[in-house]
Amino acid sequence: MYVIVTGAGKVGVNLTQELLGQGHEVTLIENRRQRYLGVEQLLEHNVLYGDASELWVLERAGIERADMVIAVTGDDEDNILICQVAKEKYGIDRIIARVNNPSNRAHFDLLGIKPVVSATELILRLLEHEVPHHNLVHLLDLEEEEIEIIEIRLDDKSPVVGRTVGELNTPDNTLVIAIIRDGHGMVPNASTVFEAGDDILAVLDPNREEDLKSIFTSG
Amino acid sequence: MFVLIVGCGRVGSSLALSMLADGHTVSCLDQDPESHARLEVGLDCSWEEAGGQFTVGTALETQALEEAGIVKADAFVAATNGDNTNIVIAQIAQRRYEVDTVIARILDPLRAEWYREQGLRTICPTKVAIEMLEDKLRSVANPTSLDAGTAEYADTPPAPPADANAGGGE
Repeated sequence: MYVIVTGAGKVGVNLTQELLGQGHEVTLIENRRQRYLGVEQLLEHNVLYGDASELWVLERAGIERADMVIAVTGDDEDNILICQVAKEKYGIDRIIARVNNPSNRAHFDLLGIKPVVSATELILRLLEHEVPHHNLVHLLDLEEEEIEIIEIRLDDKSPVVGRTVGELNTPDNTLVIAIIRDGHGMVPNASTVFEAGDDILAVLDPNREEDLKSIFTSG
Repeated sequence: MFVLIVGCGRVGSSLALSMLADGHTVSCLDQDPESHARLEVGLDCSWEEAGGQFTVGTALETQALEEAGIVKADAFVAATNGDNTNIVIAQIAQRRYEVDTVIARILDPLRAEWYREQGLRTICPTKVAIEMLEDKLRSVANPTSLDAGTAEYADTPPAPPADANAGGGE
């Protein structure tokens, strides 16, 4: 696969090395002269000096034959523009954009730039996973495909504690796929009994979330 | 009409003053509070007393755009010093706020051309400058050609005074 990465910060450089290691062809574009010179020592001909938001620079990097464009500069406007041009002018289907400032997320959505990666959102999600404020944590959201995986913590007031998976009357389009007990995950069968403190992993249609929550939690 | 100008540099501030003089309602947004001073060049009162509005904030903050009045704007001009910023905020004004007239200043001719084809009104000062310079040079190179009729010799600088330092640049 041929991948163009823009922005040779720590993210861009590490990503490029990783992709090269996996056997992909990569061009990393950087417009800060000093940064470019430093990175060139490491990545040699895989790095190109120039402003990736200039069309001729993208063309010099061979965007016409690229399979994927990843915009990870520290500037959200640049990431939006690069992805928009890659997608709409050069017909690149696969793009990934980095969101630096979470409040700019709406602009990426508005202009159809997706998927996006936001460090702040990732950390918040991890934080929620480690220190759940609510009983319910989103582990995976596939918005386009309309499916998600959630984790629900059972407290001792949960109505399902002491009952078996088989007894459970789960709503349509939902499925309990795993139970994490004492730090160990297992795939339940019909006779598995729920215990307080269990983390239940379920796959479901996003609009079934409330239904599922009401079955497992006392609130 | 209500004109919102984002970016209060030389271009934005001059445009703001002339639009205000034409009798329009004008609001400016800039991240630098100091840029407000540009709006009072040639005025004998403050920009606000003259009827103008000024908001401090970055162009991508929707809260700042709303405070500056984007919801009721009839025209939106993106004139910050960043091409990509102008391109992004112009599209926000067009698609999210549905402002009737949206114009973006884009210095890079290639980006200006492509976004113009995508339906954005763009002004490319670089392209204008290139064309003027081409005209000027061609008319100098070939003063008898038909094109020379439109050449502007009027702005040829006057001959330097006798005591001017011959080697001095600007």
